[in-house]
Amino acid sequence: MTVDQLINWLPFGTDWPVITFLTAVIICALPVFLFIAVYALVAIYGEVKISSFMADKVGPMGQGVGFHAGKWGLLQPVADALKLILKEDIIPAAADKKLFIMAPFVVFIGAFISFAALPFGQNTIIADMNIGIFYILAVGSLSVIGIILAGWSSNNKWSLYGGMRSAAQIVSYEIPAGLSIISIIMLTETLSMQGINEFQQGTIWGILPNWIIFNNPFSFIAFFIFFISGVAECNRTPFDIPEAESELVAGAFTEYSGMRYAFFFLSEYAEMFVVSGVSATAFLGGWNSPISGFFDSPGWGVFWFMGKTLSLVFVMIWFRWTFPRLRVDQLMSICWKVFLPFSLLNIFGVGIWSLLVG
Amino acid sequence: MGVVHGDLMTLNIGPQHPSTHGVLRLKVKTDGEIISEVEPIIGYLHRCFEKHCENVTYEQVIPYTDRCDYIAAMNNNFGYAVTVEELMEIKVPERVEYIRVIVAELNRIASHLLALGAYGLDVGAFTPFLYMFRDRERILDLFETLCGARLLYNYIWVGGVSHDLPPGFIGAVYSFLDYFEPKIEEYNELLTYNKIFIERTGDVGVMPPEVAVSYGVTGPNLRGSGVKWDIRKDEPYSIYDKFDFDIPVGAGEMGTVGDCWDRYYVRMVEMKESVKITRQALKGIPAGDVHQALPKKIRPPQGSIYKRTESPRGDLAYYIVSDGSPIPYRLKMRSPAFTALSVLSEISQGWMMSDVLAILGSLDIVLGEIDR
Repeated sequence: MTVDQLINWLPFGTDWPVITFLTAVIICALPVFLFIAVYALVAIYGEVKISSFMADKVGPMGQGVGFHAGKWGLLQPVADALKLILKEDIIPAAADKKLFIMAPFVVFIGAFISFAALPFGQNTIIADMNIGIFYILAVGSLSVIGIILAGWSSNNKWSLYGGMRSAAQIVSYEIPAGLSIISIIMLTETLSMQGINEFQQGTIWGILPNWIIFNNPFSFIAFFIFFISGVAECNRTPFDIPEAESELVAGAFTEYSGMRYAFFFLSEYAEMFVVSGVSATAFLGGWNSPISGFFDSPGWGVFWFMGKTLSLVFVMIWFRWTFPRLRVDQLMSICWKVFLPFSLLNIFGVGIWSLLVG
Repeated sequence: MGVVHGDLMTLNIGPQHPSTHGVLRLKVKTDGEIISEVEPIIGYLHRCFEKHCENVTYEQVIPYTDRCDYIAAMNNNFGYAVTVEELMEIKVPERVEYIRVIVAELNRIASHLLALGAYGLDVGAFTPFLYMFRDRERILDLFETLCGARLLYNYIWVGGVSHDLPPGFIGAVYSFLDYFEPKIEEYNELLTYNKIFIERTGDVGVMPPEVAVSYGVTGPNLRGSGVKWDIRKDEPYSIYDKFDFDIPVGAGEMGTVGDCWDRYYVRMVEMKESVKITRQALKGIPAGDVHQALPKKIRPPQGSIYKRTESPRGDLAYYIVSDGSPIPYRLKMRSPAFTALSVLSEISQGWMMSDVLAILGSLDIVLGEIDR
């Protein structure tokens, strides 16, 4: 179901185009928002539990009588969310009020509207734009504006540090991420997310799924460059230098509390999903089944997409609880001295490959 | 390289900051990410330890020593007891000496575990911290069965120890050591040889041996700079001359001698050596009465003494002036963490913001001991 189909299906049709459009958008946006909220709760629970198992502890557990954290601590994320909602909303006296209030929403919008072009299944996409992947890359970088706003408006030196670091980091890592996507587009010859998915149907030599990651050695490398750059864009460990709790207290989010902080949190998890979703779509076959013809219906497509995406989210969580944090100059040198040359080489390689083989 | 210098920004790190290891305030002048000046400001945890000691009896000083370096309270008790005993010329029973060495080395392991775990946290690795706390917990449990306390023990008294070993204690220590030794390899795999960790600590915050010596830095920090100096070997107190152990020194394995990685790794190897000492002590422990040599009244003869011992942080020394009364006339503590902190501004100039906290963490300071 896409927005276009919805607009045609709505009864008021083309008589009141604005109302039709807005209704369609709201109908699509509400489930997405709910999805993000539910997914964030699940992801937070997952993060807490996975980190606990990695650190040889049990994490939140329900014990004894009463509510506590529910069975296996299942209510823990709910309690966390409730706590954040009920908390006093503090705006520092010296802060730039308007920008301070705006910042969390700007960050969230960047992550939120990316969901519009994520192909959850063969028919489950909100807007199958012909420039889908370009759109996601473009709106994904909106969040950096929000983080800079947060860092600047808090009027706090730690926040400023965080904002500056994050600006440098996200803008730098956009480049290798974008370049790796270019090498994909050269193969698929389309910018549409569904087009990229359709390109990956079938198998290679009848064994491997025809995913782009297996298409040629260059796109294999491109996947890792894109995914790692994506982790950096999400500000996750080992690239969490904008937050860096042992250095910058909480970086750009130091002065935030309550619901505003929750929005930053929500957008971090939403961004993780978007990055993983794009990686899954562009490299791991999106909603295509790993074995051609095996549970290949549109319904199962959603399952495959979610499975691949959530596995990548798991990998991000795994990173976080295993690695130390890089330093800001090391982060930059990896980006500019390793990823950038390799992703340029990839474009070259994929070009030659498709000329000779494809 | 052309560097644009704007105005320097003054930034207060602490006293409430996640990685200042207590209530330390660092006043830093920063040029963007580069730190041009670090000035540690201490005193937020000052509790007049030395003045208090002039007003309480010698026995009553021991709980105060607990609260100085609260991470290694046994070693503080140990140093004080050894000092007063030498002043009074008390000969403690053999069993007491062995018990003291066992608890001191266990406490050294616990202290290094905390230092290394917190260091992992300083460079952003969360999981090793929890692993090390898990194992430190076992040592604290052992101490709990020994004297009832988990952090501030008041265990080593002048002339003896407060309680004899409880039944089954030696077996429990053996099983802890058997459990713990392989864990060191696990820490090494998880953190020590992690590429990112090496990038963050190798070649960072190099403390050349001359600088370390001139600042009076001791303990693992000095040994990390390649200077082989350990009071347990060079000026043996108690019965440390009976044991066979090595003194690990930094070798610049991952960069220059005296970098953060060396200081970190010296502690890691020192834990192995402590395990070695503990095993020997457990094997040789004789029977006896631990309260036999406790003096009825501690009233040292007139005079003064300066005695140093090796605490997990280095050269821990007490200077005691006695006027013949049951109350010390003057008690001065030489804090190893204090000298370690004083070298910070020297070795962290020109490094980045993140490095300064990595360097601070590698010095393993305890504010309780610095401020006293």
